[in-house]
Amino acid sequence: MELTPDDVRDVLRVLDSSGLSELHLELADLTLTVRREGAAGWTAEQQVTREPVLESGHDGDSGAEEEPGTGQTGHSGAEVGEGLVAVHPPLLGTFYRAPQPGAAPFVDVGDAVDEETVVGIVETMKMMTPVHAGVRGTVVEFRTGNGEFADADAVLLVVDPVGGGGAGG
Amino acid sequence: MSRIRRLLIANRGEIAARVIRTCARLGIESVLAASDADLDSLPARLADRVVRLGPAPAAQSYLDPDAVVRAARAVRADAIHPGYGFLSENPALARACEAAGIVFVGPSVESLHAVGDKLTARSHAVAAGLPVVPGGEAADVAGARAVAAEVGYPLLVKAVGGGGGRGMKLVRDPADLAHTLDLAVSEAAAAFGDPRVYLERFVASGRHVEVQVLGDGARAVALGDRDCSVQRRYQKLFEEAPAPLLSDRLRAEMADAALRLAAHLGYRGLGTVEMLVDRERDTFYFLEMNARIQVEHPVTELVTGLDLVAEQLAVAEGQPLRIRQEDVVVTGHAVECRINAEDVEHGFRPSPGRIARVVLPAGDGIRVDTHVQGGSVVPPFYDSLLAKLIVHGADRADALARARAALDLLRIEGVTTTAPVHRALLADAEFAAGGVDTTFFERFLAGRLVGADR
Repeated sequence: MELTPDDVRDVLRVLDSSGLSELHLELADLTLTVRREGAAGWTAEQQVTREPVLESGHDGDSGAEEEPGTGQTGHSGAEVGEGLVAVHPPLLGTFYRAPQPGAAPFVDVGDAVDEETVVGIVETMKMMTPVHAGVRGTVVEFRTGNGEFADADAVLLVVDPVGGGGAGG
Repeated sequence: MSRIRRLLIANRGEIAARVIRTCARLGIESVLAASDADLDSLPARLADRVVRLGPAPAAQSYLDPDAVVRAARAVRADAIHPGYGFLSENPALARACEAAGIVFVGPSVESLHAVGDKLTARSHAVAAGLPVVPGGEAADVAGARAVAAEVGYPLLVKAVGGGGGRGMKLVRDPADLAHTLDLAVSEAAAAFGDPRVYLERFVASGRHVEVQVLGDGARAVALGDRDCSVQRRYQKLFEEAPAPLLSDRLRAEMADAALRLAAHLGYRGLGTVEMLVDRERDTFYFLEMNARIQVEHPVTELVTGLDLVAEQLAVAEGQPLRIRQEDVVVTGHAVECRINAEDVEHGFRPSPGRIARVVLPAGDGIRVDTHVQGGSVVPPFYDSLLAKLIVHGADRADALARARAALDLLRIEGVTTTAPVHRALLADAEFAAGGVDTTFFERFLAGRLVGADR
């Protein structure tokens, strides 16, 4: 299904004795390009073209019919209303509203925030990044729930900025 | 003894691809249990078959023992390889396998319990005669003060349920003990569901050296040591085998200690006994035992010539060890660079996304374990490890020189990777001299930032 490092080494041995500096192989399941990079050595670029053979019928998951995908996703790119400010994640990831499971949320609807207020955490690749409000005002609404996945352009929450002229104030 | 003919791989990433490779070599049918985020991954293309495990979030897929056993039953797998992380040291999965008549490729439920909890592991180590870092459990402030009086300052407050650097706090001043203890207890309860903490002497200059063991339940062999002292926030970035600049006496004592613990546990499987080498006192202490295959296992494979996954499968089948201690010969030196999808220039910020192209160095003594190729998507749900560049040389200097050359040829395009920091590391004189402690890398990074400051 793939060429192991040993297989690739065998190919390189042939090339070394042939004087060729590049070879492109197309096999049933993969393509491989090996190149001589001057005196530095060889590189290999392997592309496994074989499609995954997915078991149908017996699903390991007992869950309901659900489109394969990324699970729940925060509402992205939605309108936030005139004069209101959308808070986006610093990078895509899973949004958490509290520092630990079971703990009180960082902020709630109606709370005052300023630029530096931490309003949540985004978990990306097991790393936690705080989300700052980035604006002074009042939290109007959460658009992304606790534990939901948020794309980089998702609206996590909406803030009515101080002096922004939004409803309420 | 039950021969493994169809193996369910309940993991993802490079280790899934790694296990599939050994399956292909041994003629074992590989079935990958993949979450929705991984159904089209490189390991999914490499496995003989793929079975859906669950939604992308790990809690609903790779961390769900029921989903894993259901998947194994659905494809009638006769064994489950848990890889590392996720459920690899989870007694619930091992027990569920036992109940379902499926071979769990890992140690017994008893061994998992014995080493899974830091305090239990420590007591087993003491019972087996291993040196441990002076310390003890602290149920309350009075108890903590008593332990601290023996241990001395600075000391560490560690969560019993923690690990990998999580749930650990440094106390330099006796005045800080009470409130740090309170904080540690409440954080441990929240993070690990276990409020217990213990105190330990803080070793100012320590190296992380570990011994690879393999046991069949009756006998065990030590397969050399590895140095994993290059760490950032307790995450390893670079590993090597053997550990450099250790006295023969210390090396032999550590191997002996690891074997004593394996014998005490009647250990069956692949395991790693982690030690803290105290550079100032030229001695070592038992830290913990990892009851699974390690990320850094390839450096041991390159210097011993063994396929650790194959040996792991053999003992899981119930076969006696195929290796005698006198057959274990360490040849040359091997190093491993972890290439992560992280942006070093921005505080190691995660960099998920689509991989445009993967060009890897090839040739004698070079091995790259990866799970990405052109077009692969690196999902944000899991860890950031993209590839491991593993290089074998005649000695340490040769291995480092070959690694430098290999790194210059490695190109992973589309996401930001940690390859540049490895180039800088391999060019550093203190690192090249060998034997750095676990604080080295953070100092190196800080100095590099200062140096980069126009």
